[in-house]
Amino acid sequence: MTLLRQTIGTGEGAIGAAILSLLILIAVFASVLCPGDPLNIAGPPLTPPFTQGSLPLGTDSLGRDLLAGVVHGTRTSLSVGLAAAAAAMAFGVCIGLAAGFSGGIVDEALMRLVDAFQIVPGFLLALAFVSVAGSSAHVIVIAIALGAWAGPARLMRAQVLSIREREYVAAARVIGAGPAEIVFKEILPNALPPVLSLSAIIVAAAILTESALSFLGLSDPNVVTWGSMMSEGRNVLRSATWLSIFPGLALLTTVIGIYLLGEGVTKAIGRGRPGS
Amino acid sequence: MLLSVENLTKRYLSGSRQTTALDDVSFTLGKGETLGLAGVSGSGKSTLARVLLRLVPADTGKVHFEGEDWLTLSGASLRRRRARMQMVFQDVLAAFNPRATVGSVLDDPLRIHSGKRARDRKQDVATLLDRVGLPTGFADRSIREISGGQRQRVAIARAIATRPSLIVLDEAVSALDVSIRETILELLVELQQERGISYLFISHDLAVLRAVSHRIAVMDAGRIVETGAASQIIDRPQSPAARALIAAVPRLVTDAR
Repeated sequence: MTLLRQTIGTGEGAIGAAILSLLILIAVFASVLCPGDPLNIAGPPLTPPFTQGSLPLGTDSLGRDLLAGVVHGTRTSLSVGLAAAAAAMAFGVCIGLAAGFSGGIVDEALMRLVDAFQIVPGFLLALAFVSVAGSSAHVIVIAIALGAWAGPARLMRAQVLSIREREYVAAARVIGAGPAEIVFKEILPNALPPVLSLSAIIVAAAILTESALSFLGLSDPNVVTWGSMMSEGRNVLRSATWLSIFPGLALLTTVIGIYLLGEGVTKAIGRGRPGS
Repeated sequence: MLLSVENLTKRYLSGSRQTTALDDVSFTLGKGETLGLAGVSGSGKSTLARVLLRLVPADTGKVHFEGEDWLTLSGASLRRRRARMQMVFQDVLAAFNPRATVGSVLDDPLRIHSGKRARDRKQDVATLLDRVGLPTGFADRSIREISGGQRQRVAIARAIATRPSLIVLDEAVSALDVSIRETILELLVELQQERGISYLFISHDLAVLRAVSHRIAVMDAGRIVETGAASQIIDRPQSPAARALIAAVPRLVTDAR
């Protein structure tokens, strides 16, 4: 909680938190803000924005409300991005912790696995996985997480290797603490903060990957996403630019908001450290 | 004999170079006795402490502690027996988890070893704080909020929490202000008289060792080169290593003249 307060205390953190809370509110209340299915036809096709009061952002080539699309797309983008990042973080932290703490052959094996995932571009991996396993929401989450867990794993291992040699870990062994207590009480809480500050980058990347996948048509066709909206807008890019611009702006705002919040968290953690 | 160490050897390999940290080290320590371990940095004092506390394995040699073959203990039985041998670390900040409070630091050993319920342990924590001369209200403070001298009192309280028979003090007062050093040494001597604890007191500072030790052992390049009564080592040093340590303490040189 103090970390949250310190984060908001930094300028970046405050702006990032404000942007993200707004987006989360939009995502949560999407059905209240724009009731009904956003894929329903709401007016004449290709209505330009700011011309009709009921359709403030205009309509796409099938006559669907663009504002409803952007609002409901927020829900998809945020939930897929956050879920994928959470999965990647959880898996990466576990692997890094196991590798760093056990050492020896286990460490070697796990780190080669990390190498294998790190040398394949994350987007390519996600693309391959979705093409094989289909394009339902949780497959997309797993696909994105597959390309993102190696970074946190590597950082977590480095943190564990450094922290397990600290004097307070030796002190815990001297008083007779068991291995589980040492890992979860002494090492994990102190190793985690720098790894957590990676999560902003991962969430942002996950949202971008999700949009890219749906831009290529590899998303659930029954769910509206910013990527699929841009993809459809591409066909009429010259005559109806707004179809691509509005979802693009939404994506940009989200990623900037997450980056700013992440920057704030990193700063707040740095201030909380002794001697800095 | 509370502790007897026989022919302890420990080598470190770094690349192709081999460093002998402990070379055939043997000594004994009686109940309620303080053995001062002197030596310049790099002479193997800290390695000896770490081998005794089972933080690093020895290559060869034997350690008998409270009638047990100490180096063959492992797993849960070792963790249980650790209550009997404790340590106070040199770096008064690094020896504590930065997230800990004074209360949690003292509660940990009690939780692991005493088998008492959380409510009863709270009382024990207060008693420990009181014993080392800290206000009981300190239990809620973060370990980072208190001064170096107070932190070393907490470290001593942690070490006596499990009622050990031996405490290894690795440069326990070296990082402290001279004015605080004396009160900490007094506290240690008081605890020894009260509870019959033995100390292995490691320091490079002979002035400190003379104040607390019954006997002194001098280490050099991993070997114990000289052992004897504290006064004898300081007044009539035999080995070059002991003479060099005495020369490093200006006040003692004046005393000798």
